[in-house]
Amino acid sequence: MGISDSDVAHIEALSMLRLESDEAELFKGQLNDILLYIDKLNELDTSDIEPTSHVIPLTNVFREDVLVTMSLSQDEALKNAPDASKGFYRVPKIIE
Amino acid sequence: MELFRLTIAEALRLLLNKEISNQELLKAVFDRIKNIDSKINAYVTITEEEAFNRLNKVSKTSGIPIAIKDNLCTKGIKTTCSSKILGNFIPPYESTVTQKLINSEYIFTGKTNLDEFAMGSSTENSGFFPTKNPWDTSRVPGGSSGGSAAAVASGMCIAALGSDTGGSIRQPAAFCGVVGLKPTYGRVSRFGLIAFASSLDQIGPITKNVEDCAILMNILSGHDINDSTCANIDVPDYTANLKNGVKGLTIGIPKEYFIEGIDKETLDAVKKAINILSEMGAEVIPISLPHTEYSIAVYYILATSEASSNLARFDGVKYGLRIDGKNLLDMYLNTKAAGFGKEVKRRILLGTYSLSSGYYDAYYKKAQAVRTLIRKDFADAFKKVDVIITPTTPTPAFKIGEKVADPLKMYLNDIFTTPVNLAGIPAISIPCGFSKEGLPIGLQIIGRDFDEETLLRTSYTFEHATEHHKRIPSI
Repeated sequence: MGISDSDVAHIEALSMLRLESDEAELFKGQLNDILLYIDKLNELDTSDIEPTSHVIPLTNVFREDVLVTMSLSQDEALKNAPDASKGFYRVPKIIE
Repeated sequence: MELFRLTIAEALRLLLNKEISNQELLKAVFDRIKNIDSKINAYVTITEEEAFNRLNKVSKTSGIPIAIKDNLCTKGIKTTCSSKILGNFIPPYESTVTQKLINSEYIFTGKTNLDEFAMGSSTENSGFFPTKNPWDTSRVPGGSSGGSAAAVASGMCIAALGSDTGGSIRQPAAFCGVVGLKPTYGRVSRFGLIAFASSLDQIGPITKNVEDCAILMNILSGHDINDSTCANIDVPDYTANLKNGVKGLTIGIPKEYFIEGIDKETLDAVKKAINILSEMGAEVIPISLPHTEYSIAVYYILATSEASSNLARFDGVKYGLRIDGKNLLDMYLNTKAAGFGKEVKRRILLGTYSLSSGYYDAYYKKAQAVRTLIRKDFADAFKKVDVIITPTTPTPAFKIGEKVADPLKMYLNDIFTTPVNLAGIPAISIPCGFSKEGLPIGLQIIGRDFDEETLLRTSYTFEHATEHHKRIPSI
Protein backbone atom coordinates (compact mmCIF):
# COMPACT_ATOMS: atom_id res chain seq x y z
CA MET A 1 0.00 0.00 0.00
CA GLY A 2 1.59 3.19 -1.21
CA ILE A 3 1.24 6.79 -0.09
CA SER A 4 -0.44 9.08 -2.61
CA ASP A 5 -0.40 12.87 -2.88
CA SER A 6 -3.71 12.99 -1.04
CA ASP A 7 -2.34 10.78 1.76
CA VAL A 8 0.56 13.19 2.17
CA ALA A 9 -1.88 16.10 2.31
CA HIS A 10 -4.00 14.20 4.87
CA ILE A 11 -1.13 13.45 7.27
CA GLU A 12 0.28 16.93 6.71
CA ALA A 13 -3.01 18.32 8.00
CA LEU A 14 -3.20 15.83 10.89
CA SER A 15 0.33 16.76 11.95
CA MET A 16 -0.35 20.49 11.60
CA LEU A 17 2.66 20.81 9.36
CA ARG A 18 2.82 22.92 6.20
CA LEU A 19 5.15 21.43 3.63
CA GLU A 20 6.80 23.26 0.79
CA SER A 21 5.77 21.76 -2.55
CA ASP A 22 9.22 20.24 -3.08
CA GLU A 23 9.12 18.76 0.43
CA ALA A 24 5.76 17.08 -0.21
CA GLU A 25 7.11 15.38 -3.33
CA LEU A 26 10.38 14.39 -1.64
CA PHE A 27 8.67 13.00 1.46
CA LYS A 28 6.12 11.05 -0.59
CA GLY A 29 8.93 9.11 -2.28
CA GLN A 30 10.92 8.61 0.90
CA LEU A 31 7.92 7.57 3.00
CA ASN A 32 6.95 5.06 0.31
CA ASP A 33 10.47 3.57 0.43
CA ILE A 34 10.32 3.36 4.21
CA LEU A 35 6.82 1.83 4.25
CA LEU A 36 7.84 -0.70 1.63
CA TYR A 37 10.68 -1.73 3.93
CA ILE A 38 8.35 -1.82 6.95
CA ASP A 39 6.06 -4.21 5.06
CA LYS A 40 8.52 -6.98 5.96
CA LEU A 41 6.76 -7.14 9.34
CA ASN A 42 3.89 -8.85 7.54
CA GLU A 43 6.11 -11.90 7.09
CA LEU A 44 5.37 -12.59 10.77
CA ASP A 45 2.10 -13.95 12.09
CA THR A 46 1.47 -11.99 15.29
CA SER A 47 -2.20 -12.84 15.76
CA ASP A 48 -1.46 -14.62 19.08
CA ILE A 49 1.17 -12.19 20.30
CA GLU A 50 0.37 -9.69 23.03
CA PRO A 51 1.66 -6.25 21.93
CA THR A 52 4.24 -4.70 24.28
CA SER A 53 2.96 -1.86 26.42
CA HIS A 54 5.90 -1.47 28.83
CA VAL A 55 9.37 -2.99 28.78
CA ILE A 56 9.74 -3.02 32.54
CA PRO A 57 7.04 -4.01 35.02
CA LEU A 58 5.32 -0.79 36.01
CA THR A 59 2.43 -0.48 38.39
CA ASN A 60 0.47 2.54 39.47
CA VAL A 61 1.99 4.37 42.38
CA PHE A 62 -0.56 6.17 44.51
CA ARG A 63 0.05 9.09 46.83
CA GLU A 64 -1.87 11.91 48.45
CA ASP A 65 -2.81 14.70 46.05
CA VAL A 66 -0.42 17.22 47.55
CA LEU A 67 2.62 19.00 46.18
CA VAL A 68 5.61 16.74 46.93
CA THR A 69 8.09 18.00 44.37
CA MET A 70 9.18 21.19 42.66
CA SER A 71 6.73 23.46 40.93
CA LEU A 72 7.19 26.49 38.72
CA SER A 73 5.87 29.90 39.67
CA GLN A 74 3.61 31.66 37.16
CA ASP A 75 6.47 34.00 36.24
CA GLU A 76 8.88 31.13 35.64
CA ALA A 77 6.33 29.23 33.58
CA LEU A 78 5.68 32.26 31.37
CA LYS A 79 9.29 33.36 31.03
CA ASN A 80 9.91 31.45 27.80
CA ALA A 81 6.56 32.37 26.22
CA PRO A 82 6.89 34.21 22.90
CA ASP A 83 3.98 36.40 24.05
CA ALA A 84 2.47 36.63 27.51
CA SER A 85 0.19 39.15 29.15
CA LYS A 86 -1.28 39.52 32.64
CA GLY A 87 -0.26 36.01 33.69
CA PHE A 88 -1.52 34.31 30.51
CA TYR A 89 -0.04 32.99 27.28
CA ARG A 90 -1.27 35.26 24.51
CA VAL A 91 -2.20 33.75 21.13
CA PRO A 92 -3.70 35.23 17.96
CA LYS A 93 -7.42 35.95 18.16
CA ILE A 94 -9.47 32.81 17.49
CA ILE A 95 -12.99 34.27 17.66
CA GLU A 96 -14.02 36.44 14.75
CA MET B 1 50.97 16.67 30.92
CA GLU B 2 47.97 17.48 28.75
CA LEU B 3 45.34 17.81 31.48
CA PHE B 4 42.43 17.69 29.02
CA ARG B 5 43.40 14.09 28.24
CA LEU B 6 42.75 12.93 31.81
CA THR B 7 40.02 10.52 32.75
CA ILE B 8 37.68 11.23 35.68
CA ALA B 9 39.50 8.68 37.87
CA GLU B 10 42.94 10.10 37.05
CA ALA B 11 41.82 13.69 37.54
CA LEU B 12 40.20 12.90 40.90
CA ARG B 13 43.40 11.21 42.09
CA LEU B 14 45.60 14.14 40.99
CA LEU B 15 43.22 16.62 42.64
CA LEU B 16 43.22 14.62 45.85
CA ASN B 17 47.03 14.48 45.89
CA LYS B 18 47.15 18.22 45.12
CA GLU B 19 49.28 17.51 42.05
CA ILE B 20 46.92 19.66 39.97
CA SER B 21 44.28 22.24 40.84
CA ASN B 22 40.75 22.15 39.55
CA GLN B 23 41.33 25.66 38.12
CA GLU B 24 44.20 24.30 35.98
CA LEU B 25 42.07 21.38 34.87
CA LEU B 26 39.10 23.52 33.88
CA LYS B 27 41.34 26.04 32.11
CA ALA B 28 43.06 23.24 30.18
CA VAL B 29 39.70 21.97 28.93
CA PHE B 30 38.45 25.43 27.87
CA ASP B 31 41.81 26.16 26.17
CA ARG B 32 41.41 22.89 24.29
CA ILE B 33 37.88 23.89 23.25
CA LYS B 34 39.16 27.27 22.01
CA ASN B 35 41.96 25.57 20.08
CA ILE B 36 40.05 22.86 18.25
CA ASP B 37 36.28 23.22 18.43
CA SER B 38 36.30 25.39 15.29
CA LYS B 39 37.41 22.20 13.48
CA ILE B 40 35.02 19.78 15.26
CA ASN B 41 31.94 21.86 16.14
CA ALA B 42 31.01 19.67 19.09
CA TYR B 43 29.46 22.43 21.19
CA VAL B 44 26.25 24.38 20.60
CA THR B 45 26.80 26.47 23.75
CA ILE B 46 30.02 26.92 25.73
CA THR B 47 29.49 27.96 29.35
CA GLU B 48 32.94 29.12 30.40
CA GLU B 49 31.88 31.98 32.66
CA GLU B 50 29.27 29.89 34.50
CA ALA B 51 31.82 27.07 34.81
CA PHE B 52 34.46 29.19 36.55
CA ASN B 53 31.82 30.80 38.78
CA ARG B 54 30.61 27.40 39.83
CA LEU B 55 34.14 26.11 40.36
CA ASN B 56 34.60 28.68 43.13
CA LYS B 57 31.79 26.99 45.05
CA VAL B 58 33.08 23.40 44.98
CA SER B 59 35.70 21.55 46.99
CA LYS B 60 39.31 21.72 45.78
CA THR B 61 39.29 17.95 45.26
CA SER B 62 36.37 18.02 42.82
CA GLY B 63 35.24 20.03 39.80
CA ILE B 64 35.50 17.56 36.90
CA PRO B 65 34.60 19.28 33.60
CA ILE B 66 31.71 17.46 31.91
CA ALA B 67 29.77 18.20 28.71
CA ILE B 68 26.00 17.86 28.52
CA LYS B 69 24.02 16.85 25.44
CA ASP B 70 21.81 19.77 24.48
CA ASN B 71 18.55 17.87 24.91
CA LEU B 72 18.95 17.85 28.71
CA CYS B 73 17.44 20.84 30.49
CA THR B 74 19.97 22.92 32.42
CA LYS B 75 18.47 25.66 34.56
CA GLY B 76 19.35 29.10 33.24
CA ILE B 77 21.47 27.65 30.40
CA LYS B 78 20.07 27.64 26.87
CA THR B 79 18.83 24.18 25.85
CA THR B 80 18.08 23.89 22.14
CA CYS B 81 17.85 20.21 21.17
CA SER B 82 19.84 21.53 18.18
CA SER B 83 16.52 22.76 16.81
CA LYS B 84 15.63 26.23 15.58
CA ILE B 85 12.27 25.80 17.28
CA LEU B 86 14.01 25.80 20.71
CA GLY B 87 16.84 28.13 19.69
CA ASN B 88 16.07 30.60 22.50
CA PHE B 89 14.76 28.22 25.19
CA ILE B 90 16.17 28.74 28.69
CA PRO B 91 14.86 26.02 31.02
CA PRO B 92 13.41 27.24 34.32
CA TYR B 93 14.38 23.95 35.99
CA GLU B 94 17.25 21.47 36.18
CA SER B 95 16.97 17.92 34.84
CA THR B 96 17.55 15.21 37.46
CA VAL B 97 20.79 13.93 35.92
CA THR B 98 22.39 17.36 35.70
CA GLN B 99 21.24 18.13 39.26
CA LYS B 100 22.94 14.92 40.41
CA LEU B 101 26.15 15.99 38.67
CA ILE B 102 25.92 19.41 40.30
CA ASN B 103 25.43 17.73 43.68
CA SER B 104 28.57 15.67 43.00
CA GLU B 105 30.42 18.92 42.15
CA TYR B 106 30.92 18.30 38.44
CA ILE B 107 31.32 21.44 36.28
CA PHE B 108 29.46 21.86 32.97
CA THR B 109 31.66 22.91 30.06
CA GLY B 110 28.68 23.46 27.80
CA LYS B 111 25.93 21.87 25.73
CA THR B 112 26.83 19.54 22.90
CA ASN B 113 25.44 19.25 19.40
CA LEU B 114 23.02 16.52 18.33
CA ASP B 115 20.79 15.57 15.47
CA GLU B 116 17.75 17.80 15.89
CA PHE B 117 15.61 16.29 18.69
CA ALA B 118 18.05 13.33 18.70
CA MET B 119 16.67 12.15 15.35
CA GLY B 120 19.59 10.84 13.40
CA SER B 121 22.77 8.80 13.28
CA SER B 122 25.34 11.36 12.12
CA THR B 123 24.70 14.75 13.80
CA GLU B 124 24.20 16.07 10.25
CA ASN B 125 20.54 16.71 11.12
CA SER B 126 21.47 19.38 13.67
CA GLY B 127 19.47 22.52 12.99
CA PHE B 128 22.66 24.57 13.41
CA PHE B 129 25.76 22.80 12.00
CA PRO B 130 27.19 19.30 11.63
CA THR B 131 29.83 17.98 14.06
CA LYS B 132 32.98 16.37 12.62
CA ASN B 133 34.68 13.16 13.69
CA PRO B 134 37.99 13.95 15.49
CA TRP B 135 39.65 10.90 13.88
CA ASP B 136 38.88 12.16 10.38
CA THR B 137 37.07 15.47 9.97
CA SER B 138 35.64 14.41 6.59
CA ARG B 139 33.58 11.82 8.48
CA VAL B 140 30.58 11.97 10.79
CA PRO B 141 31.00 11.46 14.55
CA GLY B 142 27.83 9.37 14.61
CA GLY B 143 24.63 10.46 16.26
CA SER B 144 22.60 11.59 17.75
CA SER B 145 25.01 12.24 20.66
CA GLY B 146 27.75 13.13 18.14
CA GLY B 147 28.77 16.35 19.90
CA SER B 148 29.25 14.57 23.23
CA ALA B 149 31.24 11.66 21.73
CA ALA B 150 33.44 13.97 19.62
CA ALA B 151 34.09 16.22 22.64
CA VAL B 152 35.16 13.25 24.81
CA ALA B 153 37.37 11.77 22.07
CA SER B 154 39.16 15.07 21.39
CA GLY B 155 39.66 16.15 25.02
CA MET B 156 37.14 19.03 24.93
CA CYS B 157 35.72 17.65 28.21
CA ILE B 158 36.68 14.91 30.64
CA ALA B 159 33.41 13.04 30.11
CA ALA B 160 29.92 13.72 28.75
CA LEU B 161 26.26 12.79 28.97
CA GLY B 162 24.34 11.50 26.00
CA SER B 163 20.93 9.99 25.37
CA ASP B 164 20.13 6.80 23.47
CA THR B 165 16.80 6.06 21.77
CA GLY B 166 18.01 3.64 19.08
CA GLY B 167 21.78 3.74 19.49
CA SER B 168 22.47 7.44 20.00
CA ILE B 169 25.05 6.88 22.74
CA ARG B 170 26.64 3.63 21.53
CA GLN B 171 26.96 4.39 17.81
CA PRO B 172 28.77 7.76 18.24
CA ALA B 173 30.91 6.20 20.99
CA ALA B 174 31.90 3.48 18.49
CA PHE B 175 32.58 6.02 15.70
CA CYS B 176 34.68 8.23 17.99
CA GLY B 177 36.60 5.47 19.82
CA VAL B 178 35.18 6.08 23.30
CA VAL B 179 32.99 4.24 25.81
CA GLY B 180 29.21 4.76 25.80
CA LEU B 181 26.61 3.03 27.96
CA LYS B 182 22.87 2.89 27.43
CA PRO B 183 21.48 1.86 30.81
CA THR B 184 18.39 -0.30 31.31
CA TYR B 185 15.11 1.52 30.65
CA GLY B 186 14.19 2.91 34.08
CA ARG B 187 17.71 2.86 35.56
CA VAL B 188 18.32 6.61 35.10
CA SER B 189 15.71 9.33 35.57
CA ARG B 190 14.67 11.15 32.40
CA PHE B 191 13.15 14.14 34.17
CA GLY B 192 14.35 17.12 32.14
CA LEU B 193 15.27 15.12 29.03
CA ILE B 194 13.37 16.62 26.11
CA ALA B 195 11.38 13.61 24.96
CA PHE B 196 11.82 12.01 21.55
CA ALA B 197 10.38 8.47 21.94
CA SER B 198 9.35 7.93 25.53
CA SER B 199 9.26 4.12 25.54
CA LEU B 200 12.86 4.00 24.25
CA ASP B 201 14.82 7.07 25.47
CA GLN B 202 17.52 6.58 28.11
CA ILE B 203 20.28 8.88 29.37
CA GLY B 204 23.80 7.54 29.85
CA PRO B 205 27.51 8.38 30.11
CA ILE B 206 30.08 8.78 27.32
CA THR B 207 33.60 8.44 28.73
CA LYS B 208 37.25 7.82 27.90
CA ASN B 209 37.32 4.45 29.66
CA VAL B 210 35.16 1.90 31.45
CA GLU B 211 36.05 2.95 35.00
CA ASP B 212 34.78 6.48 34.30
CA CYS B 213 31.57 5.00 32.95
CA ALA B 214 31.08 3.12 36.24
CA ILE B 215 31.87 6.26 38.27
CA LEU B 216 29.20 8.23 36.39
CA MET B 217 26.66 5.41 36.62
CA ASN B 218 27.01 5.55 40.41
CA ILE B 219 25.97 9.21 40.26
CA LEU B 220 23.27 9.02 37.59
CA SER B 221 21.34 5.88 38.58
CA GLY B 222 18.40 5.55 40.90
CA HIS B 223 14.76 6.24 41.54
CA ASP B 224 13.29 9.71 40.98
CA ILE B 225 9.91 10.86 42.16
CA ASN B 226 9.77 13.18 39.12
CA ASP B 227 9.93 10.34 36.57
CA SER B 228 7.18 7.75 36.86
CA THR B 229 9.06 5.38 34.50
CA CYS B 230 12.16 5.41 36.69
CA ALA B 231 12.52 2.08 38.50
CA ASN B 232 12.63 1.87 42.28
CA ILE B 233 15.40 -0.71 42.35
CA ASP B 234 18.58 -0.56 44.45
CA VAL B 235 21.71 0.77 42.78
CA PRO B 236 24.91 -1.24 43.30
CA ASP B 237 28.37 0.34 43.48
CA TYR B 238 29.29 -0.05 39.81
CA THR B 239 33.01 0.39 40.51
CA ALA B 240 33.14 -2.41 43.09
CA ASN B 241 33.36 -5.48 40.83
CA LEU B 242 35.19 -4.09 37.80
CA LYS B 243 38.34 -6.10 38.49
CA ASN B 244 36.67 -9.45 39.11
CA GLY B 245 37.36 -10.82 35.62
CA VAL B 246 35.23 -12.95 33.29
CA LYS B 247 35.94 -16.48 34.55
CA GLY B 248 32.68 -18.41 34.65
CA LEU B 249 30.91 -15.85 32.48
CA THR B 250 28.96 -17.12 29.45
CA ILE B 251 29.04 -14.93 26.34
CA GLY B 252 26.46 -15.43 23.58
CA ILE B 253 27.34 -14.68 19.96
CA PRO B 254 24.15 -14.16 17.93
CA LYS B 255 24.55 -15.42 14.38
CA GLU B 256 22.17 -12.75 13.07
CA TYR B 257 24.75 -10.04 13.85
CA PHE B 258 27.57 -11.65 11.88
CA ILE B 259 26.13 -11.58 8.39
CA GLU B 260 26.90 -10.58 4.80
CA GLY B 261 27.28 -6.88 4.31
CA ILE B 262 29.11 -6.14 7.54
CA ASP B 263 32.49 -4.46 7.07
CA LYS B 264 35.21 -7.11 7.18
CA GLU B 265 37.59 -5.17 9.40
CA THR B 266 34.75 -4.65 11.88
CA LEU B 267 33.95 -8.39 11.91
CA ASP B 268 37.63 -9.29 12.37
CA ALA B 269 38.08 -6.85 15.25
CA VAL B 270 34.97 -8.13 17.03
CA LYS B 271 35.97 -11.78 16.57
CA LYS B 272 39.42 -11.00 17.94
CA ALA B 273 37.84 -9.35 20.97
CA ILE B 274 35.67 -12.41 21.59
CA ASN B 275 38.80 -14.61 21.46
CA ILE B 276 40.53 -12.41 24.01
CA LEU B 277 37.60 -12.72 26.43
CA SER B 278 37.50 -16.46 25.81
CA GLU B 279 41.22 -16.74 26.61
CA MET B 280 40.56 -14.84 29.81
CA GLY B 281 38.15 -17.49 31.00
CA ALA B 282 34.74 -16.71 29.54
CA GLU B 283 32.74 -19.42 27.85
CA VAL B 284 31.58 -18.44 24.37
CA ILE B 285 28.53 -20.07 22.81
CA PRO B 286 26.58 -19.42 19.61
CA ILE B 287 23.01 -18.17 20.08
CA SER B 288 20.18 -16.97 17.86
CA LEU B 289 18.09 -13.80 18.08
CA PRO B 290 15.78 -14.72 15.20
CA HIS B 291 13.79 -11.47 15.01
CA THR B 292 16.79 -9.16 14.70
CA GLU B 293 16.07 -8.36 11.06
CA TYR B 294 12.72 -6.79 12.01
CA SER B 295 14.08 -4.39 14.57
CA ILE B 296 14.64 -1.41 12.25
CA ALA B 297 11.09 -1.63 10.90
CA VAL B 298 9.65 -1.89 14.42
CA TYR B 299 11.86 0.88 15.70
CA TYR B 300 11.00 3.37 12.98
CA ILE B 301 7.28 2.84 13.49
CA LEU B 302 7.36 3.15 17.28
CA ALA B 303 9.96 5.92 17.54
CA THR B 304 8.22 8.09 14.94
CA SER B 305 4.77 7.45 16.40
CA GLU B 306 5.92 8.52 19.84
CA ALA B 307 7.80 11.48 18.37
CA SER B 308 4.75 12.69 16.46
CA SER B 309 2.94 12.93 19.78
CA ASN B 310 5.85 14.32 21.85
CA LEU B 311 6.70 17.05 19.35
CA ALA B 312 3.14 18.37 19.10
CA ARG B 313 3.96 20.60 22.09
CA PHE B 314 6.23 22.82 19.98
CA ASP B 315 3.56 25.12 18.61
CA GLY B 316 4.85 28.63 19.31
CA VAL B 317 2.67 29.21 22.40
CA LYS B 318 4.53 28.26 25.59
CA TYR B 319 8.18 28.42 24.62
CA GLY B 320 10.55 28.59 21.70
CA LEU B 321 10.09 30.07 18.28
CA ARG B 322 6.91 31.81 17.13
CA ILE B 323 6.34 33.02 13.59
CA ASP B 324 3.21 35.16 13.52
CA GLY B 325 0.35 34.40 11.12
CA LYS B 326 -3.01 35.75 10.17
CA ASN B 327 -4.75 33.53 12.74
CA LEU B 328 -3.90 30.86 15.33
CA LEU B 329 -3.67 27.96 12.85
CA ASP B 330 -1.53 30.02 10.52
CA MET B 331 0.78 30.84 13.43
CA TYR B 332 1.16 27.12 14.27
CA LEU B 333 1.91 26.23 10.66
CA ASN B 334 4.37 29.09 10.15
CA THR B 335 6.18 28.27 13.38
CA LYS B 336 6.59 24.56 12.66
CA ALA B 337 7.53 25.14 9.01
CA ALA B 338 10.34 27.47 10.05
CA GLY B 339 11.34 25.68 13.26
CA PHE B 340 11.61 22.00 12.29
CA GLY B 341 14.21 20.52 9.94
CA LYS B 342 13.47 17.97 7.23
CA GLU B 343 14.24 14.81 9.26
CA VAL B 344 11.97 15.95 12.08
CA LYS B 345 9.13 16.69 9.64
CA ARG B 346 9.66 13.35 7.92
CA ARG B 347 9.43 11.49 11.23
CA ILE B 348 6.38 13.43 12.41
CA LEU B 349 4.66 12.54 9.13
CA LEU B 350 5.60 8.85 9.33
CA GLY B 351 4.52 8.63 12.96
CA THR B 352 1.26 10.42 12.28
CA TYR B 353 0.58 8.04 9.40
CA SER B 354 1.28 4.96 11.59
CA LEU B 355 -1.13 6.21 14.24
CA SER B 356 -3.83 7.46 11.90
CA SER B 357 -7.26 5.93 11.65
CA GLY B 358 -7.23 2.86 9.42
CA TYR B 359 -3.47 2.28 9.71
CA TYR B 360 -3.00 1.94 13.48
CA ASP B 361 -3.45 -1.86 13.53
CA ALA B 362 -1.27 -2.42 10.48
CA TYR B 363 1.63 -0.36 11.75
CA TYR B 364 1.72 0.69 15.40
CA LYS B 365 -0.02 -2.35 16.88
CA LYS B 366 1.84 -4.73 14.58
CA ALA B 367 5.14 -3.14 15.60
CA GLN B 368 4.36 -3.50 19.31
CA ALA B 369 3.57 -7.20 18.72
CA VAL B 370 6.86 -7.77 16.91
CA ARG B 371 8.55 -5.87 19.73
CA THR B 372 7.24 -8.57 22.07
CA LEU B 373 8.98 -11.18 19.87
CA ILE B 374 12.24 -9.22 19.93
CA ARG B 375 12.09 -8.96 23.73
CA LYS B 376 11.41 -12.69 23.93
CA ASP B 377 14.48 -13.43 21.77
CA PHE B 378 16.63 -11.68 24.37
CA ALA B 379 14.82 -13.21 27.34
CA ASP B 380 15.37 -16.70 25.89
CA ALA B 381 19.04 -15.96 25.19
CA PHE B 382 19.66 -14.67 28.71
CA LYS B 383 18.51 -18.00 30.12
CA LYS B 384 21.71 -19.43 28.63
CA VAL B 385 24.19 -16.56 28.59
CA ASP B 386 25.22 -13.65 30.83
CA VAL B 387 26.09 -11.17 28.09
CA ILE B 388 25.75 -10.97 24.32
CA ILE B 389 28.54 -9.59 22.14
CA THR B 390 28.06 -8.00 18.71
CA PRO B 391 29.57 -5.23 16.60
CA THR B 392 28.09 -1.84 17.61
CA THR B 393 27.78 -0.75 13.98
CA PRO B 394 28.04 -2.49 10.58
CA THR B 395 30.88 -0.15 9.48
CA PRO B 396 33.20 2.45 11.00
CA ALA B 397 32.31 6.16 10.65
CA PHE B 398 30.97 7.07 7.21
CA LYS B 399 31.65 10.22 5.19
CA ILE B 400 29.76 13.43 5.83
CA GLY B 401 26.99 13.64 3.22
CA GLU B 402 27.22 9.95 2.29
CA LYS B 403 23.76 8.96 3.56
CA VAL B 404 21.81 12.22 3.87
CA ALA B 405 19.87 11.81 0.63
CA ASP B 406 18.60 8.35 1.55
CA PRO B 407 16.94 8.22 4.98
CA LEU B 408 16.36 4.45 4.82
CA LYS B 409 20.08 3.83 4.25
CA MET B 410 20.81 6.05 7.24
CA TYR B 411 18.26 4.16 9.38
CA LEU B 412 19.80 0.77 8.50
CA ASN B 413 23.04 1.89 10.13
CA ASP B 414 21.24 1.38 13.47
CA ILE B 415 20.55 -2.31 12.85
CA PHE B 416 22.64 -3.60 15.80
CA THR B 417 21.67 -0.97 18.35
CA THR B 418 17.89 -0.58 18.00
CA PRO B 419 16.93 -4.10 19.24
CA VAL B 420 18.41 -3.22 22.65
CA ASN B 421 16.17 -0.15 23.07
CA LEU B 422 13.13 -2.13 21.93
CA ALA B 423 13.87 -4.73 24.64
CA GLY B 424 14.65 -2.09 27.27
CA ILE B 425 17.90 -3.83 28.25
CA PRO B 426 21.34 -2.24 28.82
CA ALA B 427 24.28 -2.24 26.38
CA ILE B 428 27.70 -0.67 26.18
CA SER B 429 30.02 0.15 23.29
CA ILE B 430 33.77 0.03 23.88
CA PRO B 431 36.68 0.44 21.46
CA CYS B 432 37.92 -2.92 20.12
CA GLY B 433 40.23 -1.98 17.26
CA PHE B 434 40.89 0.31 14.32
CA SER B 435 40.40 0.04 10.59
CA LYS B 436 43.37 0.34 8.21
CA GLU B 437 42.32 3.94 7.66
CA GLY B 438 42.69 4.54 11.39
CA LEU B 439 38.97 4.68 12.25
CA PRO B 440 37.80 3.26 15.59
CA ILE B 441 35.67 0.10 15.72
CA GLY B 442 33.14 -0.48 18.50
CA LEU B 443 32.29 -3.66 20.39
CA GLN B 444 28.75 -3.88 21.78
CA ILE B 445 28.11 -5.86 24.95
CA ILE B 446 24.43 -6.39 25.80
CA GLY B 447 23.22 -7.45 29.24
CA ARG B 448 20.19 -8.46 31.27
CA ASP B 449 17.74 -5.95 32.72
CA PHE B 450 19.45 -3.88 35.44
CA ASP B 451 22.70 -5.82 35.10
CA GLU B 452 24.96 -2.96 34.05
CA GLU B 453 27.46 -4.37 36.56
CA THR B 454 28.28 -7.40 34.40
CA LEU B 455 28.56 -5.23 31.28
CA LEU B 456 31.02 -2.95 33.00
CA ARG B 457 33.04 -5.84 34.44
CA THR B 458 33.27 -7.57 31.04
CA SER B 459 34.21 -4.27 29.37
CA TYR B 460 36.82 -3.47 32.01
CA THR B 461 38.40 -6.90 31.65
CA PHE B 462 38.69 -6.51 27.88
CA GLU B 463 39.90 -2.94 28.11
CA HIS B 464 42.70 -3.86 30.49
CA ALA B 465 43.84 -6.67 28.22
CA THR B 466 44.14 -4.32 25.23
CA GLU B 467 45.51 -0.91 24.26
CA HIS B 468 42.74 0.39 21.98
CA HIS B 469 41.35 2.86 24.51
CA LYS B 470 44.77 4.49 24.86
CA ARG B 471 44.92 5.55 21.22
CA ILE B 472 43.90 9.18 20.72
CA PRO B 473 43.07 11.13 17.57
CA SER B 474 45.88 13.34 16.28
CA ILE B 475 43.80 16.52 16.15
